[in-house]
Amino acid sequence: MRKFISITLISISSIFLFNTAYAGKLVIESWRNDDADAWNNAIIPAFNAKYPDIEVIFQTTIPVQYAGSMNAKLEGGTAGDLITCIPFDQSLKLFNRGWLDSLNSLGGLDNYPQVAKDAWSTDDGSDLFCVPMASVSHGFMYNKEIFAELGLSIPKTESEFFATLDKIKDDGNYTPLAIGTADTWATAIMGWQNVGPNYWAGEKGRKAIITGDEKFTDQHYVDLLTSLQRWSNYMADGYQTQTYPDSQNLFTLGMAAIYPTGSWEIFTFSQNADFEFSAFPPYTQDGQADCYIDDHTDIGIGLNSASTNKEEAKIFLEWLTSAEFAEIFANEVPGFFPLHTHSINVNDPVAKEFISWKDTCDTTIRNSSHIVGRGEPNLDGVIYEVVSSVINGTMTPEEGAAKTEASLANWYEPHQ
Amino acid sequence: MKKKFPYHIIVFLFPACFIYTIFMIFPLFDTLRISFYTQDLMGSNLDNTTGVRTFTGINNYRILFFDELWSYHFWNALKNNTYFFILHVSIQTPIGLLIAAFLSSKELKFKGTYRTLIFLPAMMSIVIVGYIFNLILSNLWGIPQTLLGAVGLENLYQPWLGLKETALITISLISIWQFVGIPMMLFYAALLNIPDEVLEASKIDGSNGITTFWYIKLPLIMPTVGLMVILTYVGNFNAFDLIFAIRGLYAGPEFSTDLMGTFFYRTFFGFQHQLGNPTMGATVASATFGIILIGVLLYLFAFQKRITRYQY
Repeated sequence: MRKFISITLISISSIFLFNTAYAGKLVIESWRNDDADAWNNAIIPAFNAKYPDIEVIFQTTIPVQYAGSMNAKLEGGTAGDLITCIPFDQSLKLFNRGWLDSLNSLGGLDNYPQVAKDAWSTDDGSDLFCVPMASVSHGFMYNKEIFAELGLSIPKTESEFFATLDKIKDDGNYTPLAIGTADTWATAIMGWQNVGPNYWAGEKGRKAIITGDEKFTDQHYVDLLTSLQRWSNYMADGYQTQTYPDSQNLFTLGMAAIYPTGSWEIFTFSQNADFEFSAFPPYTQDGQADCYIDDHTDIGIGLNSASTNKEEAKIFLEWLTSAEFAEIFANEVPGFFPLHTHSINVNDPVAKEFISWKDTCDTTIRNSSHIVGRGEPNLDGVIYEVVSSVINGTMTPEEGAAKTEASLANWYEPHQ
Repeated sequence: MKKKFPYHIIVFLFPACFIYTIFMIFPLFDTLRISFYTQDLMGSNLDNTTGVRTFTGINNYRILFFDELWSYHFWNALKNNTYFFILHVSIQTPIGLLIAAFLSSKELKFKGTYRTLIFLPAMMSIVIVGYIFNLILSNLWGIPQTLLGAVGLENLYQPWLGLKETALITISLISIWQFVGIPMMLFYAALLNIPDEVLEASKIDGSNGITTFWYIKLPLIMPTVGLMVILTYVGNFNAFDLIFAIRGLYAGPEFSTDLMGTFFYRTFFGFQHQLGNPTMGATVASATFGIILIGVLLYLFAFQKRITRYQY
């Protein structure tokens, strides 16, 4: 009996010992499941080469659950030490509730341009609460082999775009446009936020929505929805039940010619597609001189106020600001463009293509993110539903525009 | 001699009562309590006092039932859920009864095999069922197109899970398919309980298979049918997982497959950009509880009290 008790005591105490043995353990919370390999095999080992005593664990939640589950975890005190930050208002809420630490005193913040820091600063700019990491761009990917086979050239304007789609449709062997409406977020982000900046003139239109000078019922938003509605003619039959992974597979299996998407896709596609693919920028309206690219400040990383390893976490965050991290990240996760001011060599050809558009076009960020994204009902959620319904044909572009405007006017004074 | 107080009964009852109180009764009443409070979610001040809840009486219920932003989703979910329940009762129960009647017939061979096969889906994880049906009905990799095409009816194919008009029916049918084994088992057990003497007597009186079923077997298993309806009712109004697995929490297209369960989950835990709202979530949960309570009480007083029970 005594032997039994002592064994029990030893095993119980060893459980506690085991838990305390990893005092320098950092857990990163992220929604980027696709990047787990890059973190585990390249980024974390590179960090450990310098700081071998700090153990870093990269832990992911599926994207659609991320904001909600992170909110619950932070409230319940079970979240990891480092929190991957969604840009603008979503993370600002976390900071305002005291769940994220201010990072003003962190070294290395000079390595970022102001526009990158804006995404994770308070409205008056007095506090920065997430270290900027990367941005993503929107555009269209296309299957080079199909384009060569059908003798297609890269479309620049809206009418060229639909003419190209018509040719692919007439050929009949390939789905012209790989996108569905079952995952409403994917449809909205790859449609509305992709070609949208060309309709609302980039930053100018984005700011006009914030000030209330423009409304979502204005003609160019109706035009945008009308243009998106035309996409439905070129999607696969039964696109209403096609999910985001379905569309990804449709394109990587070589069954579709054009895939409206963003640069974050480069990483997984270069592993899965066995054909050559490249990208072209969002089409412009006919007769439009300028062009606009959505270059969204997408990922930052912040420090959980309840973390018990803040010293280690700050060492890690400072390392994230270094040129070493930027270079590894840019090449391990091509398609995510580090926001650092360090000059970095990107080797991936498709990623280079995306970057090259920024020379000729003005950049902007998603128009639903900043300031107008903080009310109820959430503007992003409304845009998701509206874009999908318009493409499904259950809502007209005019009704969609009116619904978006009404939801914003519900709580946002400049639109009332 | 004065009889000793039976302390052992208290000792034996204690564990069950304790666990039930801690994990069922307390959370239930605490949910009702939280539904009378409100909490600032936007975090407008920096001193982290925003977790504090303020008492607002029945204001949350007023918002849920009458405020346009919330009431649309509430009534929509209630309507869909009622439809979901009606489809289950009017399709699953008769089919379960029919299969049970076949299985209980003496002439049928391979009973055990049929029973196992029909009950098998009920034991599968809903996530797997949802995933499989998403693939089966997919517009790209699905099989209805091929099957319908084989008999020249490929034009009949629709993306059923993606259309506002058909998505809820499709999901209901998937759920019915998966769980038809449970009413079947209950009815089967009840049918086996009917004594042979009663059936033999009816045979002697000239009753055939169909009349025996309608006039002898069905009235005798009516209490089980009632039980099945109320179990389906409670199960359906708590349903959440299949919708979540197939359509996600926006219960698309355009919330046409939104049930009380998905509405509650979205409200309480949040989804995508919608942040969780514990107090409104508790209100939705309490409303669901109320709906289930009303249904169960109706069943108790309108049905169970009146039903004739036969002793064999």
